[in-house]
Amino acid sequence: MKRSVVVDVTARLILPSALVFAVHLLLVGHDRPGGGFVGGLVAGAAVALVYVAGGIDDVRQLVPLRPWTILGSGLLLSAGVATGPLLLGDAVLDGWKLAVDLGPLGSTKLTSALVFDIGVALVVIGLVFMVFEAFGDEEAPTYRGEVPGPGPDLTDAGASEDRR
Amino acid sequence: MIAALLLHLAVGLGILLGAPALRRWSTPLAMLPPLATLGFAASITPDVLDGEPWTTSLSWVPGLDLSIDLFVDGLGLLMIFVVSGIGLAIAAYSGSYFAPSATSARTAGLLVLFAGAMLGLVTAEHVVVLYVSWELTSILSWLLIGQRHTDPAARAAATQALVITGAGGLAMLGGLVVLAREAGTWSLVELLADPPGGVAAGTGLALVVLGIVTKSAQYPFHAWLPGAMVAPTPVSAYLHSATMVKAGIYLALRFAPAFAHLDAWQPAVLAIGLVTMVGGGLRAVRQDDLKLLLAMGTVSQLGFLFVLTGVGFEDATIAGVALLVAHALFKATLFLVVGIVDHQAHTRSRTELASLRLGEGWAAVRVCAVATAASMAGIPLLAGFIAKEEAYDAFLHHGGAVGTVGIVGIVAGSVLTMAYSLRFAAVFWRQAPHDATRVQAPNAAFAAPVYVLTALTVAVGLVPAAVVGELVDAAAGGLLGVDVGSKLALWHGVNSALVLSVLTLLAGALLWRFEEPFVRATARVAPPIDGQRGFQLVLDGLFALARGTTTRIQTGSLPRYIAVVLLVVVGGPALVAVSTLALPDLPDPTDAPIPLVLAVFILGAALTTAVVPRRLGAVVVLGAVGYGMAGLFVVQGAPDLALTQFAIETLTIVAFVLVLRQLPARFGPAERRAGRARRLALAGAVGAGVFVLVLAVSGEKPSSPAADLAVEQAEPEAGGRNIVNVVLVDFRGLDTLGEISVLLVAAVGVTTLARVGRRPPRTGVPPLPERDPLDPAAGSAPAAEVAR
Repeated sequence: MKRSVVVDVTARLILPSALVFAVHLLLVGHDRPGGGFVGGLVAGAAVALVYVAGGIDDVRQLVPLRPWTILGSGLLLSAGVATGPLLLGDAVLDGWKLAVDLGPLGSTKLTSALVFDIGVALVVIGLVFMVFEAFGDEEAPTYRGEVPGPGPDLTDAGASEDRR
Repeated sequence: MIAALLLHLAVGLGILLGAPALRRWSTPLAMLPPLATLGFAASITPDVLDGEPWTTSLSWVPGLDLSIDLFVDGLGLLMIFVVSGIGLAIAAYSGSYFAPSATSARTAGLLVLFAGAMLGLVTAEHVVVLYVSWELTSILSWLLIGQRHTDPAARAAATQALVITGAGGLAMLGGLVVLAREAGTWSLVELLADPPGGVAAGTGLALVVLGIVTKSAQYPFHAWLPGAMVAPTPVSAYLHSATMVKAGIYLALRFAPAFAHLDAWQPAVLAIGLVTMVGGGLRAVRQDDLKLLLAMGTVSQLGFLFVLTGVGFEDATIAGVALLVAHALFKATLFLVVGIVDHQAHTRSRTELASLRLGEGWAAVRVCAVATAASMAGIPLLAGFIAKEEAYDAFLHHGGAVGTVGIVGIVAGSVLTMAYSLRFAAVFWRQAPHDATRVQAPNAAFAAPVYVLTALTVAVGLVPAAVVGELVDAAAGGLLGVDVGSKLALWHGVNSALVLSVLTLLAGALLWRFEEPFVRATARVAPPIDGQRGFQLVLDGLFALARGTTTRIQTGSLPRYIAVVLLVVVGGPALVAVSTLALPDLPDPTDAPIPLVLAVFILGAALTTAVVPRRLGAVVVLGAVGYGMAGLFVVQGAPDLALTQFAIETLTIVAFVLVLRQLPARFGPAERRAGRARRLALAGAVGAGVFVLVLAVSGEKPSSPAADLAVEQAEPEAGGRNIVNVVLVDFRGLDTLGEISVLLVAAVGVTTLARVGRRPPRTGVPPLPERDPLDPAAGSAPAAEVAR
């Protein structure tokens, strides 16, 4: 496909910061605006940017995992956090908390809620990848209806035809 | 015991996984778990016979009050001996029956797993463990019956067995849960010691009985059993003598003493069991295939067992336990004999076998076949006689309507049993002339299990008290909670039961002598509908219903689906809100200039969406509506919502664009004109409805107790200051889990839909035959024959 330099460069500039922002939203979600759902969506929007710039091939190169793997492991993670305490005799979703010392960076906390939220984020990201996998490939999206339309062309190529 | 169960699991899986490499070694390996289990059972026998059940408990999921509780009382011990003893014989026999191959190893592995599930079933003390084992036996029997999976008949038979026993199993799950809730305990022993009463418990009990009768192949659910004869003979021998069908009988034994006092119990048990016993017998006397004869005979005997074990008074229960042992012994042996004949002569047809000569080397097998068939018929000196004598005696002495109906039905069934036993045995004592084709004799190892099992049948028949007396007494006594004196004996003196026995045998022999006219007569009065046809009708009806519903609901028109959804929104919540909630006064818009500007922006964008001629344009303007909404959220102090709305809006536009590539750039003239008035009306109604709804809801209570609690508890309980997030991942975390599960399902569905028809057809895989696996035309040959 044709690539646009402007879009390409913009995407490359924005992608890392968008992903960092997504992680930030995910991590602070428990105390400040954010959370797994929003984090996943922001990361998904970043993926959409990559798609606009480079098509499905670039999206596939972004992560070595297949979309359904991401989706499934997200659900598995959340379900594991939810049902894990059952095996130890506690209630569903019983929480735990770990203080993590990051040396010069200070300390942070790792809670079961965060792990649960990471699972949610993974599901959302996986969903976005799935959508691109489903509709985003280049092969033959030809329209087979009563109007022999301009097809995949998103530019104004069909305009003259429509002026009857 | 848990170790024994784990051993079954490990060895079974090991054989399955290592099937190609193991080959010859799979047989000795498969004999290991039953041997170990028998050793364990022997070690606890003295204690159990003294009336001390052996118990163990292993915590499984303590949070749900789930634990693996096992117990072995008299009945459990007896079942272990039956399951593992017959299992050992079958494992040894399989080694000779199958040529060593990956398939035979697979069968051996599945049989070991099946035996493990069965042992779990008969030792389960926790209701959930009982149910899990029960379903495991259904699933494993499905795999075993469908062992020759390239054969459509085998697949159809396996599916039928799974559908019937699986449906029964689901009913039983519901019943067990209801009973356990009513009783307030998950312990089977406690549940049965203090059975709950009332309507709910009665319904639960009926559901459990449904599970029992489907599993033990009672009329009208018997059709799966003859169909299952497509399985290799060792599998049939195990499933239909000692295990699968006995699972239902086992539960009947457990439940009968606790619930037999209910008014409907005894009539229901008698009706189901006696119809099964006589109906199966009538079918058995006209079979030509020896294996099918045994199958219908098994149905008949199961009816007998169900009557004895279900009716719930002391003597009948003892007779039932004795018959359970006798039946396991003779039916396994007879199946094994048929397997030997089939293996050596390549036929199981009575008429074809009549022209073959079972000559040198066959003598022992023939003697065993005749002796075991005699045990099935209930001829003295053999195990079957002891049990039947006990049953006659029980019903003769019980008196009343139950006693009369019972004894008449049992005698009728036993006459038929005698007739079909003779029909079976005649194949083995009659000999074709010397010049007939000779069949090669089986080798000693192949026939050894038959000899051993026959010897046991004879031993039980001669000295019942010494061989199984104590075990049967302990089993029956444990169930009834009384100390039953040893009743099993060969000779009770000349009493009415003995006279009746002799009459039964004579009548059966006469029936066999004149079987041709009898079979012709009964075939003519065969019921217009039988189990097989009934199953097919129910299945066809179900499919027709599903198809009818689907074609009516799933019209395939997207606008129509959306219209339905929107109409429900307007007609449901909005109308309710308007009619029940008070509408507040409208706020003065000039108070808040920024929201006013945003509102105008949103309204303009929404109107533009409705009139732009291009699809892409419409999507972009629709996105503008969303961004405007996000702006409103920001102004109102909800950054969370705004952030989410922005991200969603962006992704929605991208998703739209992806889909738009497959559509023409402009809305077609037809799409613009058709039904414009209707769409306008719908859109207007939705807009007005949602407006009123939002107004009414926001005018209601400013806060609710739940909201206050969430605000209060977020920090101390969940350690988070973002209340929305705390609610999502902690307070209502289970809801979120459900939501992301839905998300996953939706993603899989969308991808599948999008991919359908866009992929080139796969090459290299031959297309499946155009055939419904449950199609009657593809139905199993034996089942079709029985259906006649």
